[in-house]
Amino acid sequence: MSAIGFILAGMLAAAMPFLLAALGELVCERAGVLNLGIEGMMALGAVVGFIIVHSSGGHLLGFAGAGLASMVLALVFGWLALAVRANQVAAGLAIGILGSGLSALFGKSFESQTVTGLPKHALPWLSELPVLGGLFRQDVAVWLGLLAALAIWALLRFTKLGLVIRAVGENPHAARAIGYKVIAIRYAAVAFGGLMAGFAGAYASTVYTPLWAEGMIAGRGWIAVALVVFATWMPGRLVFGAMLFGAVSLSQLAAQASGVALNSQLLSSLPYVMTILVLGVISANRGLLKMNGVASLGEPFGP
Amino acid sequence: MTLLSLRGLSKTYGTVRANRHIDLDVAQGSIHAILGENGAGKSTLMKLIYGVETPDEGTLHWHGKPLSLTSPNEARAQGIGMVFQHFSLFETMRVVDNISLVVPGTSRALAARIRALGEDYGLEVDPLAYVHALSVGERQRVEIIRCLMTDPKLLILDEPTSVLPPQSVERLFITLRRLRDRGVSILFISHKLEEIRALCDRATILRDGTVTGTVDPRDHDARALAQMVIGREMPHVTPPEGKAPGKVLLELAGLDHRPDDPFAQALHGISLTVREGEIVGIAGVSGNGQGELARLISGETRRHPQAGAEVLMMGKPVGHLGPAARRRLGLAFVPEERLGRGAVPEMSLSDNSLLTAHGLGLVRRGLIDRAAERRLTNDIIATCDVRTPGPQAEAGALSGGNLQKFIVGREIALAPKLLFASQPTWGVDIGAATAIRRRLADLKAGGTGILVISEEIEELFEICDRLHVIREGCLSPSLKVSEIGPEDVGRWMIGAEGGKAA
Amino acid sequence: MITLVRRSAASRRMAVAAPVAALLVTILLNLALYTVMGKDPRAVFYAMLLEPFISWPSFSEVLLKMTPLLLIAQGLAIGFRAKVINIGAEGQFLLGAIFASAIPVWYPQATGPWIWPSMLVLGTLGGALWAVIPAFWRVRLNASEILVTLMMNLIAVQLLAWLLVGPWKDPMGFNFPQTVMFQWDAMLPTLIPGTRVSVALLLAFAASGAAYLWMQRSFGGYQMVVGGLAPQAACYAGFSQGRAVWLSLLIGGAAAGVAGAAEVAGPMGQLQRSISSGYGYSAIIVAYLGGLHPVGIVLSSLLIAALAIGGDNAMVSAGLPVSAVEVFQGTLLVAYLAAVVLVRYRLVRSGVPA
Repeated sequence: MSAIGFILAGMLAAAMPFLLAALGELVCERAGVLNLGIEGMMALGAVVGFIIVHSSGGHLLGFAGAGLASMVLALVFGWLALAVRANQVAAGLAIGILGSGLSALFGKSFESQTVTGLPKHALPWLSELPVLGGLFRQDVAVWLGLLAALAIWALLRFTKLGLVIRAVGENPHAARAIGYKVIAIRYAAVAFGGLMAGFAGAYASTVYTPLWAEGMIAGRGWIAVALVVFATWMPGRLVFGAMLFGAVSLSQLAAQASGVALNSQLLSSLPYVMTILVLGVISANRGLLKMNGVASLGEPFGP
Repeated sequence: MTLLSLRGLSKTYGTVRANRHIDLDVAQGSIHAILGENGAGKSTLMKLIYGVETPDEGTLHWHGKPLSLTSPNEARAQGIGMVFQHFSLFETMRVVDNISLVVPGTSRALAARIRALGEDYGLEVDPLAYVHALSVGERQRVEIIRCLMTDPKLLILDEPTSVLPPQSVERLFITLRRLRDRGVSILFISHKLEEIRALCDRATILRDGTVTGTVDPRDHDARALAQMVIGREMPHVTPPEGKAPGKVLLELAGLDHRPDDPFAQALHGISLTVREGEIVGIAGVSGNGQGELARLISGETRRHPQAGAEVLMMGKPVGHLGPAARRRLGLAFVPEERLGRGAVPEMSLSDNSLLTAHGLGLVRRGLIDRAAERRLTNDIIATCDVRTPGPQAEAGALSGGNLQKFIVGREIALAPKLLFASQPTWGVDIGAATAIRRRLADLKAGGTGILVISEEIEELFEICDRLHVIREGCLSPSLKVSEIGPEDVGRWMIGAEGGKAA
Repeated sequence: MITLVRRSAASRRMAVAAPVAALLVTILLNLALYTVMGKDPRAVFYAMLLEPFISWPSFSEVLLKMTPLLLIAQGLAIGFRAKVINIGAEGQFLLGAIFASAIPVWYPQATGPWIWPSMLVLGTLGGALWAVIPAFWRVRLNASEILVTLMMNLIAVQLLAWLLVGPWKDPMGFNFPQTVMFQWDAMLPTLIPGTRVSVALLLAFAASGAAYLWMQRSFGGYQMVVGGLAPQAACYAGFSQGRAVWLSLLIGGAAAGVAGAAEVAGPMGQLQRSISSGYGYSAIIVAYLGGLHPVGIVLSSLLIAALAIGGDNAMVSAGLPVSAVEVFQGTLLVAYLAAVVLVRYRLVRSGVPA
C-alpha cells in the first residue's frame, strides 16, 4: 500500500481519540468551563473500557463503562469548578493527575495484555475507489464519531439548547437574569465532556491500539484541548483538525511503510510540535479568537 | 385596582441589609417610580419582584393573590417583565436569537413579530442584526421588545434613561405612555428627578434599604424630592474661579484608531486639547468610543513607534509610550472600572496605594517600604473621607463610592499636571459625588489640567469649562459650556449636528 | 441551602486549617480505597505516612526527594501567582539534566572543582532555554502557555530518549539507554555525611529565601502578583505583562533546570530515562498545596517527598502499586482546592438573615 493510501485509511481511526475528546471539551468550553483534566479522564476511560472488553464484556459495555467512569470524574471536577468555585485551571490539573493515577492503578495487572478491536465496515462503491478507498473502510465507532460531530454541529447551530449553551458561556450573569440555571447547564456540559473523554479513551485502548500500556494516552487529551482552540470552537473545523492530527500521528508508521528511514523520536514529537505551531498561528489572530471565543471561559461564576 | 402589592419584604446579603420591610403597592395602568440613591436597595427590590432573588421574609401579592417566585421564568409566566440596566443581551448572537432565548417560536415567526411590535410602539430594530453591531439605544429597544413579547402586565425598567441621549429619552417616554394607556403597569427605577416628574404618577422613595415615603411626584419640585431621597439638603458645588488656561498639557490632532477587539468602537479624527487650569469634558452615550479613547490617553493602548506624535502630553510625543512613562510626565488617571482596573479587589488599600503611587518613596532599592505605604494610605483615607476600617481592608470590601473616593484621592496625591478621570462619579452616592467634584475643582484652581469623561450631562455642565461630545468614534468641536445648553449637547449626541465631519 | 459568602478579608486561620483538613480527608479516602483493593490499611498507613519519618536513613531519603520538588515548586509558584501557568517544569527539568550532562558526557576524563558548579549553571540555562519558546508564544503570539509548556514536556521526553539511544549512549552500557557514569568531580558534594543528601538542598532553601524576598517584599514581585490578580489593573498601572510572563517562565524554567542538573549530578550520577520520575508534575501539586507561598511550599514539598518515599515503602511492605502515590497526590490536591475556598468565603445557610 502506498504511504498516502495508508494514511488515508488509518487517519480517521487515529483521529477518533482526538475528535471524541475534543468534541466533549468543545461543548464544555462553549458553556464557559475550561476543563484541563481531559488527559486524566481519557486515561481513566481507557483503562475501564479495556478491563471490561478484556473480561469479554464486549465493546458496547466497555464504551458505556468508560463513559460513565470518566463522567463521574468529570462531575468531581464540575463540583470543584462550579459548586466550590475553585480555580478551574488548578481543578483541571488536579483531576487530570487523579485520573492518570487511577488509570495506572486499575491497569496494573493488565499491562501488555491485548483485546480484539472492532471489525471494519466498508461503504459500498466508495471503498472500491483507488487510493481513497481506505478512507471508507472504518469500524462502527468511527462512523458514530463522525455522526456525533455532525450532531453537535447541528445542536450548536440550529437548536434552542445550543443557543442556551452559548448564552451561558458568553454571559452567565445575563443568562441567569433571564431565567436559566447556569450552574445546572454547566454541570451537564461538564458531564458530557467527561462522557466523550471516556469514549475517546476507550476507543484508544480497545479499538485503535487494543493493548494496555500505562500512560498510553500520551498527551492526546492535551492535544484535544489544543484542538478546540485550533477549531476556534467550531465543530466543523474540529473534524478537520482531528484528521490532520490523526494523519500526523500516523506518519511514523507511514514512513516505515514507504521505506523512508526517519528518526522515530522525531516522528513521535511531530504531533506535539505541530500543536505548538498551530496554537501560535491561531492565537496570534486575536480578533478571530474574540469573535468566536467564549467570553466567560474559565471564570468562576457565583450568583 | 392594585396589581402588585408587597408587604414587609426583606433581603440580606451577608451582613448588608439591602432591603428592610419594604411595603409597596403598584396600581394597574400606572407608571410608578422607585426613587433612590445608588446603594439604596432599588436593584435588589426589583430582583425580588422579578424572581432573580428570593426574599428572606415578607409577602408578595399579585392580582390580590399571594405569589412566591423562585425564578425569572415564573415571573414572566405571571406577566412580569424586566429591562435590566446592564443589558442581559448576548453580543455574539442575533437579535432574534436573543429573543428566542425567552420567547418560544421559530426564528421566522419571531422576526415578523419583532418587526410588528417595533412599528406598533416605535421600537424599530432589525431582528437579524447581531447585537454587538447595535448602538446602546437599539440594544435597549431589543430588551424592551423581548419583554413586551411575553405580554407583561408589569414592566420593570432599571435606570433606562442612563444610557440614552435626551432626545431618545423623550421617545422612550412616548413608548412607555402608550404601554400604560393599554393597561400595562410600569415600575420605573431612576435617580433622575426631573424625568420622574415628567413621566410617573406615583413615586416610592427608598433610602438605606427602607421606604421613606410614597408621593405623587407631580406635586413636589425636584428639590423637595431630592431631600426625601438623600435625607438632607442637596449639596452644591460652586466652582472656584480658576486662573486663565495656560500651557497645553494634552493634545490629540486628528487621531484615527482601529482597535484589535472586533466589538470595540473605532475612533476617527479625534482632536482635543487640555490646558493648565481648565476642565474639559467629554459627553456622550456610553459605547461610542469613550473606553477606546480613554485607553489611548492613559497609554493602556499604545500606538506603533512612528505614531508617537499622535498624542502629545506636556508637549512630548507619547503615543508609543505605556502608562508608566506617561505617569512619569505628570499624568494621573482615574479609570471607569474601579474593581480590577483602578484597584485590585483582593489586595489591601495599602497595597492598592502602591499600584500607582509607588514613585512617592514607597519603594526603596526594589523593596517595598510598608511603613511609608501605610502612611500614604492613611493620608488618603483621611483627606478623602474614605469610610473603611483601615489601610488593611481589602479594596473589594469597600462600597463603590468609598473605593472611588480612595482612587481619586490616590491619583490626586500624585500631584498630577494632567488629571484624566473617566466616569468619576458613576454609581457613587450624591454626597461622595459632590466631594469628588469639589476636589476636581480645587485641583483646577491649583493649575492642573483636567479631562473628564462622563455620561451625566448635568455633571459636565457643573464642573467643565469646555465640552466635546463623542458619537460613533467621532468627537465634536470644542463647545464652551457658558455658550450652550444641554439640548445642544443632546443634538450632538444623536448626530443631528455636524454629522461625521467633526 | 448553603451558599458561599465572600469574607471581607482572607482568613489566616483557614489558610492554615485548610491544608490540614484536606490531608486528613485524603488519608481517609485513600485508606478506604486500599481496603477495597484488599490491602491492610494499617500496614499501608504505617509504611506510607509514618515510616519515612521514623528512621534517619529514610528521612534522609525524604530530604533527597524534597530537594528537586522544593526547587521546582518555588519557581513555579512565582509564575502561578502571576497567572502564568507553567506546567512545563517536567520538560525544563529534563533539559536541565541534559545540559548539565553535556560536560561529563563530552569530557568524561575532565577533573577539577569547576565541573559540578558549571553543570549547575548549564542546567539552569537549559531549563530557562526550554521555557523561552512558551514565553515567546504567549507574549508575541498570544498562545496559551499551559498547552505549549505541556507539549514542550512531551517533546523533551522524546529528545532525551533520542540522546540515550543515539549519540549519548554509553558504548559499554550493554545497549541500555543511558550515558556513562559520571566522574567524581561531576558529582555534587554531600551535605550530610553517610546520606545521599547533597548541597543542592542548601540551594533549594536559598531559593526559597529568595522567593520569599521577591514575592512578599519586593516591588518586582508585587507587580507580578497584581498581574495575576487583576491583569487590567496591571495594565492600568503600567506594569508590563510581557515582562511578567517572561520572568515567570524563565524563573520557573531556571529553577526546574537547576533541579534537573542537581539530580544527574547527585543521586543519579548519569543521565537515564527515569531521571525525573515526574518531579515536574508533582511540583505543581507542591506549589498549590503550599498555597503558592514560599513558606507553605517548604512544608508541602516535605509532605509530598515523604509520600513518595512512603509509597516506595508501601510497595515493598504492603504490595501497593506505585501509582497509588499518584492517586494520593491527586486526591490531596482536589481536597485542598475544595477546602481552600473557606479561606476567602464562608458558608452561610441562606434564607436566614444575619
